[in-house]
Amino acid sequence: MYEGVVQDLIDELGRLPGVGPKSAQRIAFHILQADPADVRRLAHVLAEVKDKVRFCVTCGNVAQEEQCRVCQDPRRDLAVICVVEEPKDVVAVERTREFRGRYHVLGGAISPIEGVGPDDLRIRELLARLADGTVTELILATDPNLEGEATATYLARMVKPMGLKVTRLASGLPVGGDLEYADEVTLGRAFEGRRLLDV
Amino acid sequence: MHVAHLSLADFRSYARVEVPLDPGVSAFVGPNGQGKTNLVEAIGYLATLGSHRVANDAPLVRAGAGSAIVRAAVEHGERRQTVELEINPGRANRARINRASPVRPRDVLGIVRTVLFAPEDLALVKGDPGERRRFLDELVTARSPRMAGVRQEYDRVLRQRNTLLKSAALARRHGARRTAAGAGAADDLSTLDVWDQHLARAGGELLAHRLDLVTSLEPLTGKAYDQLAPGGGGIGLRYRRGGGEESADALPRTREELYGVLLADLAGARRQEIERGVTLVGPHRDDLLLDLGDLPAKGYASHGESWSYALALRLASYELLRAEGAHGGGDPVLILDDVFAELDATRREKLAELVAPGEQVLVTAAVAEDVPPALAGARFSVSGGTVERR
Repeated sequence: MYEGVVQDLIDELGRLPGVGPKSAQRIAFHILQADPADVRRLAHVLAEVKDKVRFCVTCGNVAQEEQCRVCQDPRRDLAVICVVEEPKDVVAVERTREFRGRYHVLGGAISPIEGVGPDDLRIRELLARLADGTVTELILATDPNLEGEATATYLARMVKPMGLKVTRLASGLPVGGDLEYADEVTLGRAFEGRRLLDV
Repeated sequence: MHVAHLSLADFRSYARVEVPLDPGVSAFVGPNGQGKTNLVEAIGYLATLGSHRVANDAPLVRAGAGSAIVRAAVEHGERRQTVELEINPGRANRARINRASPVRPRDVLGIVRTVLFAPEDLALVKGDPGERRRFLDELVTARSPRMAGVRQEYDRVLRQRNTLLKSAALARRHGARRTAAGAGAADDLSTLDVWDQHLARAGGELLAHRLDLVTSLEPLTGKAYDQLAPGGGGIGLRYRRGGGEESADALPRTREELYGVLLADLAGARRQEIERGVTLVGPHRDDLLLDLGDLPAKGYASHGESWSYALALRLASYELLRAEGAHGGGDPVLILDDVFAELDATRREKLAELVAPGEQVLVTAAVAEDVPPALAGARFSVSGGTVERR
C-alpha cells in the first residue's frame, strides 16, 4: 500500500477496463515521473471529454455537436442504416470505407443476465427513424455472439411488418487465414453461408 | 490409438511421475489410496477436460501446489503427438499440442479418446437424470466434436432465458404493488420469443444427436449385457422428454423438424414457465430410461444387475466409437477402474474376453488376483506415489 493520493491514483486507474493492479501501479509511477505539462494536458482532456462529448441525437454515436459527423455528412446514403452495438463498432465499419449509409448505435445487446432488455437499448429511437419510409435497408451488424444474435433476431422481428429489406452480416472465415485454423463453429457457419461461385 | 507415455506433475497424490505404456493391457495394482485411480483419471481428463470423480478442478492439484500438469504422448498408428494440459483451478487451463504455443483447451479434445468405466458409473443406473444426460452428451461430443460448441451455446441460451423468466416471475408477484416494475417485465417478455428461437435451434440439434445416439447404442448395450449376464433379461433404452409425456419414438429425427417440435412445446409451456420462472422444456429436462426385462432398472434391478448394466453401457459406448472409428483416430483407450472386485469369477472371465482385443486397455485393481489371467499384459505396482513396472 502506498500513501494517500498515490494509492488513490492507483485505485482509480485500476478501475479502468483492462488495467490490473500491476499495470495501475506502473501507470501511476509513470505519471508521477512525467513532465507536469503532460500530466496537466491529460487531466484537461479527461475533464473535457466528459464535458464536450455528447451522443448524437439521431444515431447515438459519439459526437461533438448535436449530431455526429456521419449524420451531418450530406453525401451519406439515407436509405441504408447499419445497426451496431457500440460507438467503437462504427469506427470499425468506417475503416472498411465500404459502407456509405448511416448508423444506429444501440448501446449494447439484449442480455437478461446483465439486466439489459430492449428498453435499455436505443430501439425506440431506431423505430422512429424508420417510420417515415426513407430507409429501405437495415443492416444488422451486432456482434456474432449469442447476445448479438438474439438482438438481431429481435430487431428483425420488430421491423418485419414495416416491409424493409433486413440483412445480417455474414459469419465465416477470416480473409488471408488458413482453413485448418478455423474453429468448428466458425467453419460450420461458413458452410451454412456458402455461396454459388459465378464464373 | 494408445497412450505411449504419461507424465504427471503435482496431480493429485503425485509430485512427479513418469509412466511409459504399451499397447494392449496394462494393469495397475496396489493397495487402496495409493494413486491407481489418479493415473487413469489423468488420462480421462485429457479426453474430456473433466474428472470422472469430481466436478471442479481444485482436488486435482496436489496440496500446496498452484497448478497440475498432465502430459501424454499419444500414438495414432505411425503418428505420435504430445498433449499437455496445465490445470489451474479458478483460472483458465492452458493446453499445448506437440509442445507448440498454447491453444484453447477445447482444441485438444479428440486427440486422446477414452471410454472410462469406474465405480461412480453406478449412478448411471441409480442416479438422477443429470447423470444420464451427461453420459449421452459426452458420447455425442466424442462422436461429433462440433457438438461441444452447440452444448455450450445451449447452456448460455438457457441461462439467459432462465434469468429472464425469473425476473418476470418476480415482477409478476410484486407487480400488484409496484406497477412500474410490472410494466417493465411485460416488456422484457417481448424478447422471450427470440430466446425461444435460439433455445430451440441449439436444443433441436442436441436432441437430434442424442436420439441418433440412443438408436445406435441400444443394440450394442443389449449385446454387452447378454454377454456379461447371459439370460439376464432384455435391455431397453428409451429416450424420454421432460416437457411432453409422449414417447420419443414419435419424434422426428432431423434437427430442423426437432426445432419445430421444441418451438411448439415452448409455446405450449409458456404460461407455466412464466409462473414458475424457469425453462421447463428442452434437452436439459430429458432423461434416458433404462429398462431391464419389463421393468425400469432404477429401483428394480439388484446391485449386481445395476453394476452390469452400467458396465454394459460403457462397453457399448466403446464398441460404438470403435465401429465408427471416429475421425480415423483408431480405437479409444478403454479404462476399467476398479471393476473386477465387484464381479463374480464368471463375469470377470466374460469381461476379460470382451475387452482383451482392444488396442489399449488400462485396468486398476487393489488385489492382483482380481485381474483375470486372460488379461495378460504389463503389470504395474502402485504404492506411495511411485509407479513401477513388474
